[in-house]
Amino acid sequence: MGMFDLTGKTALVTGASGGIGGAIARALHGAGATVALSGTREAPLTELAGEMGERAHVVTCNLSDPEGVEALPKRAAEAMGSVDILVNNAGITRDGLMMRMSDADWQSVIDVNLTSAFRLSRGVLRGMMKARWGRIVNITSVVGTTGNGGQVNYAAAKAGLVGLSKSLAQEVASRGITVNCVAPGFIATAMTDKLNDDQKASILGAIPAGSMGSPEDIAAAALYLSSAEAGYVTGATLHVNGGMSMI
Amino acid sequence: MSDIATRVKKIVVEHLGVEEDKVTENASFIDDLGADSLDTVELVMAFEEEFGIEIPDDAAETIQTFGDAVKFISEAA
Repeated sequence: MGMFDLTGKTALVTGASGGIGGAIARALHGAGATVALSGTREAPLTELAGEMGERAHVVTCNLSDPEGVEALPKRAAEAMGSVDILVNNAGITRDGLMMRMSDADWQSVIDVNLTSAFRLSRGVLRGMMKARWGRIVNITSVVGTTGNGGQVNYAAAKAGLVGLSKSLAQEVASRGITVNCVAPGFIATAMTDKLNDDQKASILGAIPAGSMGSPEDIAAAALYLSSAEAGYVTGATLHVNGGMSMI
Repeated sequence: MSDIATRVKKIVVEHLGVEEDKVTENASFIDDLGADSLDTVELVMAFEEEFGIEIPDDAAETIQTFGDAVKFISEAA
């Protein structure tokens, strides 16, 4: 194996039934890691695990359920023996103008996108501290830095993840644990497939690279930050956005 | 020295990398033994595992010295 070999490492990936989460899980698994695939829907997770064959476990979890979130790190550790790498990828959107946004739409996005990352990170830290090795990778978004009209809840949660990551990175750096973010720009997924041609053209006009990113572009960044080679990188955000926002 | 004290001392010596004779009754983990706040969390974790007990956060905060740890564990174990 060359660089970024994860043989013998174990990784818990949330939102693994989605495009980006699935790509991240495949990348980590392809690098040799044992993976625990988490998501709300069991069928796509089981299918992904089946494709992977060995070293793949399914641990379904609804991240808006606090008790389920608390239990998830333990279930993943029971399945894999440990959790060396946590990728907080799961996220939901409940877009709308702030003046018309309900408390429920605000809270659910904060709960799933930010609070669950807090609880899951707390849950895996004990094992990582003992092992003197750990990687936490939080998938944020370009809008956490730039803001985006119609997404006050989503942007706040993503910006919150950055603050969480930097603070936790300071707490645990001396124990060989790194905490970083990957901030995707526009990535081609089921969500962007729904855009019409005009919307797509307008988005692409703002991206110097001239195309949307792929889930694999995000997965490569997550793989790097999960690797031993990235051990001196912590508290960082790796922006993967085709130059759309150079921040 | 009690069995509990011996086991606690072993954990403290190993975890903080200090000489055994520095780990006295009133030795403060942070002020005398060079622990940082994260070390104290890890010590409590190690005590929990060694003795099979749960040390709640508010109790953990009261365990400042070697003697505190032995006393708490002796009462809990």
